[in-house]
Amino acid sequence: MIISTNLSKTYNSKQVLNIESLEIPKGQSFGLVGNNGAGKTTFFSLLLDLIQPSKGHIKNNGVQVDKSEDWKPFTSAFIDESFLIGYLTPEEYFYFIGELRGQNKADVDALISQFKDFFHDEILNQKKYLRDLSKGNQKKVGIVAALIGNPEVIILDEPFANLDPTTQIRLKSIIKNLAEKQGVTVLVSSHDLLHVTDVCERIVVLDKGEIAKDLVTSEATLKELEAHFTG
Amino acid sequence: MVMIKHFISLEWKAFFRSPSLKTNLFFKILLGFGALWMIVTFLLLGFGVFFIIRDKFHKDPIVVFNDFLVFYVVFDLVFRYFLQKMPIVNIRPLLYLPIKKAKVIHFALNKTMLSFFNIVHAFLFIPFSVVLLIEGYPIFSVLGWFMAIMALVFCNNFINVFVNSKDVVFYAVLGVIIVFGLLLYYELFDVTLFTAPVFQSFYDVPYLALTPFIVLVLLYKIAFKYFRNHFYLDGGLSKKIEVVKSEDFAWLNRFGSVSTFLKNDIRLLKRNKRSKTTLLMSALFLFYGLMFFTNSIEAYKGPFWRIFAGIFVSGGFLFSFGQFVPSWDSAYYPLMMSQNIRYKAYISSKWYLMVIATIISTILSVFYLYFGWQAYAAILVGAIYNIGVNSHIVLWGGAYIKTPIDLTSNRKAFGDKKAFNAKTLLLTLPKLVLPMVLYAIGHFTLGETFGFALVAICGVAGFLFKNKVFNVIEKVYKSEKYKTLAAYKQNN
Repeated sequence: MIISTNLSKTYNSKQVLNIESLEIPKGQSFGLVGNNGAGKTTFFSLLLDLIQPSKGHIKNNGVQVDKSEDWKPFTSAFIDESFLIGYLTPEEYFYFIGELRGQNKADVDALISQFKDFFHDEILNQKKYLRDLSKGNQKKVGIVAALIGNPEVIILDEPFANLDPTTQIRLKSIIKNLAEKQGVTVLVSSHDLLHVTDVCERIVVLDKGEIAKDLVTSEATLKELEAHFTG
Repeated sequence: MVMIKHFISLEWKAFFRSPSLKTNLFFKILLGFGALWMIVTFLLLGFGVFFIIRDKFHKDPIVVFNDFLVFYVVFDLVFRYFLQKMPIVNIRPLLYLPIKKAKVIHFALNKTMLSFFNIVHAFLFIPFSVVLLIEGYPIFSVLGWFMAIMALVFCNNFINVFVNSKDVVFYAVLGVIIVFGLLLYYELFDVTLFTAPVFQSFYDVPYLALTPFIVLVLLYKIAFKYFRNHFYLDGGLSKKIEVVKSEDFAWLNRFGSVSTFLKNDIRLLKRNKRSKTTLLMSALFLFYGLMFFTNSIEAYKGPFWRIFAGIFVSGGFLFSFGQFVPSWDSAYYPLMMSQNIRYKAYISSKWYLMVIATIISTILSVFYLYFGWQAYAAILVGAIYNIGVNSHIVLWGGAYIKTPIDLTSNRKAFGDKKAFNAKTLLLTLPKLVLPMVLYAIGHFTLGETFGFALVAICGVAGFLFKNKVFNVIEKVYKSEKYKTLAAYKQNN
């Protein structure tokens, strides 16, 4: 589904990302881990064509993302709060994203009704703008909005950070369900090794912009990751 | 003392290390000039007003002063409400440090005393009092009067601290002033009859000047107590959270694919401080034409100035909103760029918004008919030109401006130096100069009707290029995408 070739990004002669080759097949739940500055967000931004690669390119379902915009209809993402519109209520935001993705109100309502548990009564009908919600609740809105319109590729940057334990557990089952049952390619990054190993079939460790490890998740993965980061 | 040094150094760093230092500095310098201008005017007035009142109106200057002081004091309050910043914002991070809360609050309150808004009055009243003394008015009376007024000015300072947190208070005060002002103007009821003796008494009985000082101390105490009690994150320091309702604007669906964005734009305008200021400014532009059509300004008497006025009266919103497209969406531009956005629909929505606003402005400005049909005709053809030509130019120019907009604050609402680059300056030529020239050509050859017709024809012709211009803008958006994203990121 996603193929990146000779991808590198350089800022003022400082290389922040250099991935020779990375291929993510359709329906895989893919985890990206690494310390701060390892290049996780850079990779996601390149994938979303928010920044330009210095070298190489990424293809999403055969579409080279910096050449054509045809990847947009089947790709969605939540990276940070710049993906939220602060002066909208959560409902208005969902409908807005829905309209952009060709979903009518009923479609959106049907989708978000599945996430009642996840929202924990703190999102819908709160009579608040998104900018007035707590960081954790904003994140919930962003994540659910990324699921609107049956995307085939979903990119979530640090989805577990700022969430309470109950929500983290619920989110894990949502992500697993997407990949296993619906064949969605899910890309997540995280600082929490336990969550990633729980959720992802495959984990790639980035270190200073380069791939340090590429693991198929198994019983031993968590130990191996811990060993890697202990140094 | 050590604490105060810390506070001051924090303020210093906050200013010089802020990411927008250059713009801040630019505005400080601009403000500095404004302040200087006020000081000079006040000084001149302070020295001169005595002789003007005595020699021209043959009245006792101090009596005249006392008549109007009530309005002076109240206008000072209104002025402060709009311009004086309140100090409470930056004390949040000091909450959990080992500093006595009382100290922080005293510092914040005392800081407001040093404000320009307090000191500037001295530039009026000190010279005036000096002149009074030179002219032989009794020293104790003048001194008492002067001290009393300065105390009242400082009282205003603390009243403003409260008023600022409650808009209702402000509008109530403003309402009362307007009513009394009108009553006085139409000679129905003269409020100064009741207030003038109060001010006069400070002069007649100097030790009465103590009363405003007592009020001042009380106000300080109350302000201190108020903040001491609200010095909690969920108290006075929390930002107000509005209770809101979802609006779906279903009636806009008839606009098809544009409606998605149009709905959002209307919410954007309604729900953000910055955009509300823009709306207010465009409403003020409606009255801009009065300067031209009342012939009150000598320089604006040439006939082609009519068109200049007409373009601004009908296009206030078009200019103040349009020049910042797409910066209005800067806070969530990454979302827009990774979503399935149809640029045409996105641009069209902004275009519709400007067209609708222009039409509304044109209808509202029908009162210009009072100044003759030419005045309204100028506005009408101005509107046609705005819709047909300027809407395109404004959107086109906006595509190059990469200044992120903070919707929740009013900073930079009155202009930004980045918005004034060579490109935008160049674009004012077709926006303003071309229609004026066209009109002048018509006006001086076949008469004013022909002039109006030329401008209108040009506007209608511009309308035909809509699709072409939208294509160009779309290309600019695409080619500038990464630069724009990077620029918007810097302030977010």
